[in-house]
Amino acid sequence: MADKNNLIVYCEFDEGRIADVSLELLTKGRVLANRLGVKLEAIAIGDKLDGVEDQVFPYGVDTLYKVADERLFPYTSNPHAAILIKLFREIEPQVCLMGATCIGRDLGPRVSSCLHSGLTADCTALEIGDHKDPKTGKEYTDLLYQIRPAFGGNIVATIVNPDCRPQMATVREGVMKKEIFDENHKGEIIELDAKKYVDDTDFVVEIIDRHIEKSKVNIKNSPIIVAGGYGVGSKENFQLLFDLANTLGGEVGASRAAVDAGFIEHERQIGQTGVTVRPKLYIACGISGQIQHIAGMQESSIIISINNDPNAPINTIADYVITGDMEEVVPKLIKYYKKNSK
Amino acid sequence: MSLNIIVLAKQVPDTRNVGKDAMKEDGTINRAALPAIFNPEDLNALEQALRLKETHPGTTVTMLTMGLPRAAEVIREAIYRGADGGIVLTDRALGGADTLATSYSLAQAVKKFGKVDLILGGRQAIDGDTAQVGPQIAEKLGIPQVTYAEEILGVENGRITVKRRLEHGVEKVVAPLPCVVTVNGSAAECRPRNAKRVMKYKRALSTSEAAKLDEAAAALYAAKPELNIAEWSAAFVEADPEQIGLAGSPTKVKAIENVVFTAKESRKLENNDAQIEELVKELIANHTIG
Repeated sequence: MADKNNLIVYCEFDEGRIADVSLELLTKGRVLANRLGVKLEAIAIGDKLDGVEDQVFPYGVDTLYKVADERLFPYTSNPHAAILIKLFREIEPQVCLMGATCIGRDLGPRVSSCLHSGLTADCTALEIGDHKDPKTGKEYTDLLYQIRPAFGGNIVATIVNPDCRPQMATVREGVMKKEIFDENHKGEIIELDAKKYVDDTDFVVEIIDRHIEKSKVNIKNSPIIVAGGYGVGSKENFQLLFDLANTLGGEVGASRAAVDAGFIEHERQIGQTGVTVRPKLYIACGISGQIQHIAGMQESSIIISINNDPNAPINTIADYVITGDMEEVVPKLIKYYKKNSK
Repeated sequence: MSLNIIVLAKQVPDTRNVGKDAMKEDGTINRAALPAIFNPEDLNALEQALRLKETHPGTTVTMLTMGLPRAAEVIREAIYRGADGGIVLTDRALGGADTLATSYSLAQAVKKFGKVDLILGGRQAIDGDTAQVGPQIAEKLGIPQVTYAEEILGVENGRITVKRRLEHGVEKVVAPLPCVVTVNGSAAECRPRNAKRVMKYKRALSTSEAAKLDEAAAALYAAKPELNIAEWSAAFVEADPEQIGLAGSPTKVKAIENVVFTAKESRKLENNDAQIEELVKELIANHTIG
């Protein structure tokens, strides 16, 4: 068995390939592992895992654990949890990262509960640093700082797990950047015998039907996003944003407040608990700019804020601030785009 | 087949409607300025429970909440909508709990109920958005979990069929009872209060609320045990003091920062035709649009 105390990423699959979120975490994991001076490990659990190594090694994976069994795909909670729990007891990773997806958010808590390790959901940044317990004065070096907005996004909290291992965190897709470490990097493959890690009795939940529908909305990759907040005021007014987005060749996004108010579907939510985007143009209409939202769009190249409130927090990160009613401003943008574009 | 169902509910600050007075000058949260509400997805879970109660005569729906004594408010609200009763797990020793210590405490409380067929709860609470407590309770109780549920399609022969709503589609799964099911906000909305139940249960009070009643009211309350919302302590649910509250929480908050954005030099524009046309021309010229 391989050595202990490394950083491991749970890899999940999207249409037979390693999901982007997992590759993003491997990219981040490589940086953190270097900082800690440990190996980057990855685990892939599924039915067919031939060639998976070719997908993950370029991201700097030193050790890939493969657990193949036809019953391990599609994902169900208990078998995957059983494998991680048993393996983690053997290899004692100091950090475990997972995507904050329907799988990671189902699996992470089950594993952390059994191992009594801390888990922080939906982190927006991960760093390594020291910690001194304010009560006992005990000092810790090289802990994982799990940074996330909290309390409706009004504050940013840094969470640490001083004593329990692994330090677990989930991160949403798109939050970290995906970057090849070295095309020619090669690591070690360790094939684990599924039967030794998962019991027949773990297969308790049966999937009787599965219907995959690709989201019709693709805001993540849209170069132009017109996003609306609570200030848009109604479902009807969102139509104006669709008009502008269609005119410019972009997509419509929304803040959580607009989604919660029922103005628009959840698929379009941008922010910590939605999608993270980095378009070249982000037009924020009636969005006040809670940190949870800003966490998901602050890396946009150009930000235009249209808001009645000249002091809306989002204005501080905007390149252009138009103070005014979006119902008036948006039609003007459409009109002058049509007039000036050829 | 009648079912014993527990619905987990949380009273949460309404973080969706945070006003300007929600933060104090020193950057801490002004809890008093935030109304306490029934966690929205827990209401979706309650609706699924009440539907099973209709289709499975004899089923009981019992609420379980952990929090301050005032969390009895969510139990009352659930009773008005059709729940049979509820328990408030409340104890100073439970304060400062992270999700792991919370799920341990709640799992201990669930064990006190005896036979339970189904534990329902919202996918996540809006104050933390972690979605961790449901699966962690399932693990602590050694039972399966079904997360992201949108609809319970049926319960038959000790097995539950659930439609799950995932990022990229829908799954139908069958799980053996007992199990934990966490329900999405995309599930059916909870039915409103029932006027008759509001009349009947408006004096449903927790033990500590009832302690404030005058003598006559206290006598009336004592005569109607169905009005009692019991309060359970950590000791009552036999919780290990090492595993609850701050002490039982592996995660610690190292720092909390008020959010300060690195301000850019914004260009301020007026809402007039000339300035907006100027902006559009500029964006076209630098190939941002067009």
